[in-house]
Amino acid sequence: MIKLDKVSKKFGTGAFGLSDVSLVVEKGEFVFLVGSTGAGKTTIFRILIRDVLPTGGNVVVNDWDIVNLPKNKVAALRKKIGFVFQDLKLLLDRTIFENVALPLEVAGLKAAEAAKTVEEVLAQVGLLEHKDKFPIQLSGGELQRAAIARALVLSPEILLADEPTGNLDAATSWEIVKLLSDINKKGTTVVMATHNTDIVKSLGKRVIHIEKGKIVDDENHHAHKSSEEKEEEKKEEKKKE
Amino acid sequence: MSFTKTAWKNIRRSPYQALAAISIMTLTFLAISFFTFLLVGSSKVINYFESKPQVTAFFKNEAKPVDITALKSQLQSTGKVASIKFVSKDDALKIYREQNKDDPLLLDLVTADVLPSSFEISTIKIEDLNGISNALTKSSLVSEVVYQKDVVSTLSAWTGAIRKIGITLIVLLSLVSIFIMVTIIGIKISQKKEDIEIMKLIGATNWYIRWPFMFEGIVYGIVGSIIGWAIATGGLLYATPFLESFLKGIPVLPVSYLQLLMLLGLEALLAAFLGIVSSYLAVLRYLK
Repeated sequence: MIKLDKVSKKFGTGAFGLSDVSLVVEKGEFVFLVGSTGAGKTTIFRILIRDVLPTGGNVVVNDWDIVNLPKNKVAALRKKIGFVFQDLKLLLDRTIFENVALPLEVAGLKAAEAAKTVEEVLAQVGLLEHKDKFPIQLSGGELQRAAIARALVLSPEILLADEPTGNLDAATSWEIVKLLSDINKKGTTVVMATHNTDIVKSLGKRVIHIEKGKIVDDENHHAHKSSEEKEEEKKEEKKKE
Repeated sequence: MSFTKTAWKNIRRSPYQALAAISIMTLTFLAISFFTFLLVGSSKVINYFESKPQVTAFFKNEAKPVDITALKSQLQSTGKVASIKFVSKDDALKIYREQNKDDPLLLDLVTADVLPSSFEISTIKIEDLNGISNALTKSSLVSEVVYQKDVVSTLSAWTGAIRKIGITLIVLLSLVSIFIMVTIIGIKISQKKEDIEIMKLIGATNWYIRWPFMFEGIVYGIVGSIIGWAIATGGLLYATPFLESFLKGIPVLPVSYLQLLMLLGLEALLAAFLGIVSSYLAVLRYLK
């Protein structure tokens, strides 16, 4: 569960990144965070992994009180949240396999134990055949998958994806969103920041619209739908595909 | 990938930086070993002289045994005297014969009568030598007083100077080696800034990131200390025959291998400490 309560973030320049943002994302939800560039989507994500601290308000992720989280717990928090960065942040001098293995390595797993998990995740995102290639040898969509694989490898309960379709063509974008949707169906909470309105509309999930650091629209009703309605929705999705 | 592997990769990928770090460590520990030898050696020499009879008082021929015994107890009552040894005329002759056994001409000329009997006195503290020798000079029984104050005090002054120079040099070199290591490891951290940032974002603890750099620092330190120690020890062993003939009779050499290995152990510990301090400083400065 993610809960932001009247969260503000004022940057050193005096500009407001966020002002009075309140939202709740339940466990297992799939939420789009939409808004133009600079609206504050990335800031919310960075607050959730305690990369920056909010200047006001409270933030709770699962059982973690983010604002009052001691520094030595930050690493543990980040292992619980998968993050697909806007600029991917893959290590260019490591193969795809090594990149995906990195969170396991950081978590202290032995190489042999890690290998199996990494291959499973790579298979899940469809990159197993490219595992020994370096990032520079892959296409944009493949790199995005690699970044998703790295975010998934520790089986996080929450996956944050920052503009994962930003630089991709429509077909590839759709593949990525479908992958995220599949991950969500397995129980992972997914929050995806995007400004691709086509995707948002066609998937019919909850959309939080944020502009200039404020929530302007939260189509929260999806979260409270009955399970029957959700079933119908799934059927519709399948027809589309 | 374990932290040792990461550290090894860091060293291998920038051999000149590694060389610079190891060189400065080698220099530091060469100086430490060299001055340790010098200090241990000179203090052994001083001990030798201090344990030797430091004041020798030669008695006049007319001095009576009764008076000599009285003087002995008088000296002992001052509490400053560690030992007094009476050397009779016959003893003196034995010593003389021993010293000149290769020269029969000299042996023939001398009889016990010619040689004076004497006291060989050592004091507990070196400072008391002067008082004792003054007291003996005033005594009517004594013809001449000889003491080695000059040798010991000159040696003490030299040792003091060596110690000061050595400690200053060692402190300076240690500081310089820390600065150089901080810079070198700092450069490496800067080069890997992006990697480090990514690792932190995906949940690496500070220690996970620090360890390879700390380990690298320890490796530089220990390799440097081993090389520095080996050069100094090699030099010492090479010079031992020459030094032994130079320090005739003074039991300074040879230095036992156990002591040399103990020195190596201490130096390796110090080296690891220097390595840890410098990499920790570098990490503190560059790993915000």
